[in-house]
Amino acid sequence: MLFKIIEKDQFRRLVGILLDSIEVIGPKQIDIDKDGKPVHQYLPVRSFAELDLDYETTEYSAKTYFLPYKENLSTYRFGDAEWKQEIRYRLQPRAIVGLHACDINALLKLDKVLARDFFPSPYYISRRKNTFIVGLDHMPGEHCFCKSLGTNTVTRGFDLFLTDLGERYFVAVDSDRGYTLLQQVRTSDVTEQDTRDYLEARKRIAAAFKTEVNIQNLPNLLDIEFESEVWKKWGGKCLSCGSCAMVCPTCYCYGVTERVSMDNTEGAKIRQLYSCNLLDFAAVAGGLNFRPRRETRLKYRYYHQHRGFVETYEEPKCVGCGRCSRVCLAGINPPDVIRDLQAEVQS
Amino acid sequence: MSTVLHPYDVTKESEILEPLDFNRRSRLKHYDKTFRSQIINIIRLTDKEKLFHVRIIDPAERERFAFLPGQFVMVEVPGYGEVPISISSSPSQKGFIELCIRQAGVVTSVLHKARRGAIVGLRGPFGTSFPMEKMKGHSILLVAGGLGLAPLRAPIFYVTENRADFDQVHILYGTLDPSQLLFDYQYEEWRRIDGVNLAIIVEKPDKNWTGPVGLVTKLLENIDVPMHDTYAIVCGPPVMFKFVCNMLSRMGMPRDRMYVSLERRMHCGMGKCCRCNVGSTYVCMDGPVFDYWTVMNLKEAI
Repeated sequence: MLFKIIEKDQFRRLVGILLDSIEVIGPKQIDIDKDGKPVHQYLPVRSFAELDLDYETTEYSAKTYFLPYKENLSTYRFGDAEWKQEIRYRLQPRAIVGLHACDINALLKLDKVLARDFFPSPYYISRRKNTFIVGLDHMPGEHCFCKSLGTNTVTRGFDLFLTDLGERYFVAVDSDRGYTLLQQVRTSDVTEQDTRDYLEARKRIAAAFKTEVNIQNLPNLLDIEFESEVWKKWGGKCLSCGSCAMVCPTCYCYGVTERVSMDNTEGAKIRQLYSCNLLDFAAVAGGLNFRPRRETRLKYRYYHQHRGFVETYEEPKCVGCGRCSRVCLAGINPPDVIRDLQAEVQS
Repeated sequence: MSTVLHPYDVTKESEILEPLDFNRRSRLKHYDKTFRSQIINIIRLTDKEKLFHVRIIDPAERERFAFLPGQFVMVEVPGYGEVPISISSSPSQKGFIELCIRQAGVVTSVLHKARRGAIVGLRGPFGTSFPMEKMKGHSILLVAGGLGLAPLRAPIFYVTENRADFDQVHILYGTLDPSQLLFDYQYEEWRRIDGVNLAIIVEKPDKNWTGPVGLVTKLLENIDVPMHDTYAIVCGPPVMFKFVCNMLSRMGMPRDRMYVSLERRMHCGMGKCCRCNVGSTYVCMDGPVFDYWTVMNLKEAI
């Protein structure tokens, strides 16, 4: 990995260069919540001033720019007893500025599902390759537990990654296009002092985590506690609304529906993100539902996050961003659920 | 400054023209492409089930399409939706595939209204298959309950077409009542094949029924094969294969020699949409064919 130092005003210029040529997405304050805290979302920005790089988290993850909530997979044109299929992928390049390490790690996890091995998705790959990513280190918020999941640092999956050193950024460069862009502004080489400052900053971040979860042996624990009362307790609270999956940076489950235009000349195959907590997630034709109860659906969600995904990819699907507990109307907080399960074994 | 990021166009990736490899290989550009296919024949089986003969229209695509017994395809009716259907025909049959479809939901109801000549979409084949090569040289029990005969018909064809490769062959089939018997015009053909035992049982006989009455497990009682050295393929509703597999186990058959086919909701067939997940296993990629030992270890599979 190449490292560079960039002054903050030069970084502003760099974002300006991006803004001049492509769409730029970044953390933008959109509101203030009931406690007076700012509410952020990743949204398109038109100037550097609209970016709020000092944000703690966003309500939604940046997943929506890679796996939109609704995407047209193909269009059908109907003729006389005939049809033609048309497939289009998104080609317009864009940049996301200010993505935190957990969210970049989330993209790496999505890459494993959607861009590797069997059936890589051209819809996803097209969006991923056409997105320039500038990552950013941050001090953890109250509910961040990414450190417990090993996703508080990131070494790939971005173009540039910044660590704030006061008046300057320590930049990790992970792509040729990132390096090329850096050359359009003034940067300097890393000095020994910069390295010391960088390591110090990293240490400060690591020490600031307030929420911790022990995920050791969690896959086995989930198997052992499959019939646990803990699921009834949390399942009883769950409203089966699916909000957690919508804001999750790694949830990729979806449903496909088809539509026909009013004049019957066109049809569309539409993919819409879904949630395993929704009632009909596993319902089959004929009326059988493999997961009719709320607690089995909630349990399945944890199962996929912390067991199934581990089995396939040797890491949990969860990145510890805490968005699902922020959004949950019933107050279901993953660290609490996991701690409850662990307490169950000890009791 | 339009050179910051050059657009990447996935459609410019080279076309991969190697054999489909039973679709286990990634084919980036064919990810969401459906083979335009024509329904060339419709055969009424019962009140609720019809057999569709479906032919891929493009000759080159048709030539490259190959599947193994137990695999399934996604059948799409544009504008209505897509459903996973197991292939009911012989893997050696070229030109068209046969799909036995019960009228159950939106898409299957439309298919039941379709006339011959209609054009539908096919994706696939997907999923694992029954390990027929491994079963060679052994006795084999082919057990179906109800609609389970649809996925079982492909291995039945495989076994009857390669009869000399297997020791004893028993086909056991049970349904609720005689009106639900599928492929009844084929029983005579299977019975006449040298060394194939076909036994059919119904739970609720009508006045013309002369065969045995009861559950399919009852047919197993009369089977005398060296169980430790026999393979079984069991297709049917979960409660049925649970009983059959437990009985076979008691009779001495190792659980990893019994193969079952699971049914789940599917929206992609490619290990993406998660709708078919059992615990954490994708039925579309790791299944639909599993050995019973694996199924027993899957939480909430049966």
